Amino acid sequence: MAIFIDENTTLLVQGITGRDGSFHARQMIEYGTRLVGGVTPGKGGQTFENGNGGVPIFDTVELAVQETGANTSVVYVPPAFAADAIMEAVHVGIPFVVAITEGIPVLDMTRVHAFVTDHGARLLGPNCPGLLSPGRSKVGILPGPIATPGQVGVVSRSGTLTYEVVYQLTRAGIGQSTCVGIGGDPINGTSFIDCLAAFEADAETRAIVMIGEIGGTDEQEAAEFVSTKMTKPVVGFIAGQTAPPGRRMGHAGAIISGSEGTAAEKIEAFEKNGIGVAQRPSDVVGLVRDVL
Amino acid sequence: MNIHEYQARDILRRHGVPVPPGEVATSAEEAERIAQRFGGAVVIKAQVHAGGRGKAGGVKLAQDAAEARSHAERIFGMTIKGLVVEKVLVAPTEDIASEAYVGVIVDRGTRRAVFMVSREGGIDIEEVAAKTPHLIRKLPVDPRYGLLPFEAYELAVFLYDDLPQQRACAKILRQLYTAVIESGASLAEINPLVTTRNGEVKALDAKFNIDDNELFRRPGIAELRDTSAEPAAETRAREAGLTFIKLDGDIGAVVNGAGLAMATMDLIKHYGGEPANFLDIGGSSNPEKVVAALEIITADPNVRVICFNIFGGITRCDDVASGIVEATRRLDIDVPLVIRLTGTNEEAALAILEEAGFSATTSMDDVVQRAVEMAAEQATRAVG
Repeated sequence: MAIFIDENTTLLVQGITGRDGSFHARQMIEYGTRLVGGVTPGKGGQTFENGNGGVPIFDTVELAVQETGANTSVVYVPPAFAADAIMEAVHVGIPFVVAITEGIPVLDMTRVHAFVTDHGARLLGPNCPGLLSPGRSKVGILPGPIATPGQVGVVSRSGTLTYEVVYQLTRAGIGQSTCVGIGGDPINGTSFIDCLAAFEADAETRAIVMIGEIGGTDEQEAAEFVSTKMTKPVVGFIAGQTAPPGRRMGHAGAIISGSEGTAAEKIEAFEKNGIGVAQRPSDVVGLVRDVL
Repeated sequence: MNIHEYQARDILRRHGVPVPPGEVATSAEEAERIAQRFGGAVVIKAQVHAGGRGKAGGVKLAQDAAEARSHAERIFGMTIKGLVVEKVLVAPTEDIASEAYVGVIVDRGTRRAVFMVSREGGIDIEEVAAKTPHLIRKLPVDPRYGLLPFEAYELAVFLYDDLPQQRACAKILRQLYTAVIESGASLAEINPLVTTRNGEVKALDAKFNIDDNELFRRPGIAELRDTSAEPAAETRAREAGLTFIKLDGDIGAVVNGAGLAMATMDLIKHYGGEPANFLDIGGSSNPEKVVAALEIITADPNVRVICFNIFGGITRCDDVASGIVEATRRLDIDVPLVIRLTGTNEEAALAILEEAGFSATTSMDDVVQRAVEMAAEQATRAVG
């Protein structure tokens, strides 16, 4: 088993003819993902060539789902159209949508979040690397070769820092059940807690690595969830211990959330709730070994 | 993106919010002329992207035009939180009866725009939140419906007892919400929202932060950017598609991805070094980005060594390697580079670097340790 995606995942790529979409569609096919179709308005009827028979392209997600029965979609559409693309997929009834696009206006995301919730769907991202269930399926942009099948679940707000940790685990011979990047935007679809709950319910996952960073309170809430709702061990890392105070949201955002979102606060929340915290990314390996 | 108070006041005015008059001056003479035109007492307010302007001496009351000029002379050229004052707002004084706080913030927790209001305005809202949190009322806005009239009225009743003022305030709150949506703000504050002795409700001071991701579709807002009000290196970085924040240390860092960039800074500190910057070259990097990154970092005289930490995903390692080679050809770089490259097209990258006489590692710990050692050596040499 794994979480969110596995060998039964049938995938659509929204924005399959774009530069990033086409590059990563090929990478996903090469990895073994069951990529069944692409969507680009105006290019319906064409074929996305991948040297292996190709994949049909449709004008709309609705037509693509009718034809292929896809159960997952990944969005590489540019920021101006990405919010609409996510809602289009959800509206047609796709239960799981992964948004890679970086730069979607946050006010658009308030509407997307309400729309996705109303439709009972799950959104991962936006501005995320996607996810990877090693040996089974890859959706997004994570480099396939850094991961190997195993029993550790990885969930992270970051992109390349996730790669770093997964790479270190793999080199140490520790495989992963699923690696999930939830994305770094202020408003995203799937939270740490959603992933932790899924890993807790996944028979194959034995331990979880949670990689957080400064800003917001998601890590603190997740830490609380770990100690009250989970039986599996969790270890963590927080990036940004030396970061200067954030200039983005100012203090008003911190008043709403009741927290400044510093690394120190998050590390304290982790430790208080029994989550071992790595000093360096490379220390994650030792912590995982200790709990396996 | 930050905009100035006078620009935020203009946005509010365009959406119908009552805002008292005020004009911008770029010299003390101009401030004097504006004060002359208004007649009577005026307030001179420094226009910089920093809070606490009043405490820093950047806000002064002048009884007449001559005093306006002398205050303006002092405020121009002042440095507030590292930013030089280049513009002041000159506005007639108001006869204030009460000061309230009104803010709208896009909140991660509720995933909505949240209104936050308090009768305790004019001062730091952080202080109110810390000492008297019951004096603050919050309201998350459902994006499907926007701020509904009854919601605006509930907030207005929390702020005012007088019916005409409640109605005026409710109207302002709805106008503010529209202003937030139409300008693409991630934060908007009116502090203070005042009542005057004759009962009017007006926005005296305004602050808007614009979501950078909105700018592509709001050209009118995008042109409000005042590059003279931000550090030159940050302007240069943004234009090159990089995220750069200057710090005080001596180890420059070039990293792809914000999380890995922060982790690299943390690791520099862990091994006893001090990072000189945060720099994220982002995904889909082309060699030009690396050239720009090196240009920006080497402009900082404190930098003794530059540490590359690249984990290729969407970013291709060979692009970064070509950028390094290109930059060292074009720029006069007199500090050593230490390089870590792993991931997409790693072999091609190592070949490019080797041919140009560089070596690279694939371990993050190794590269950071070497950077810290080399910075220490360079520092000793500089002293010796």
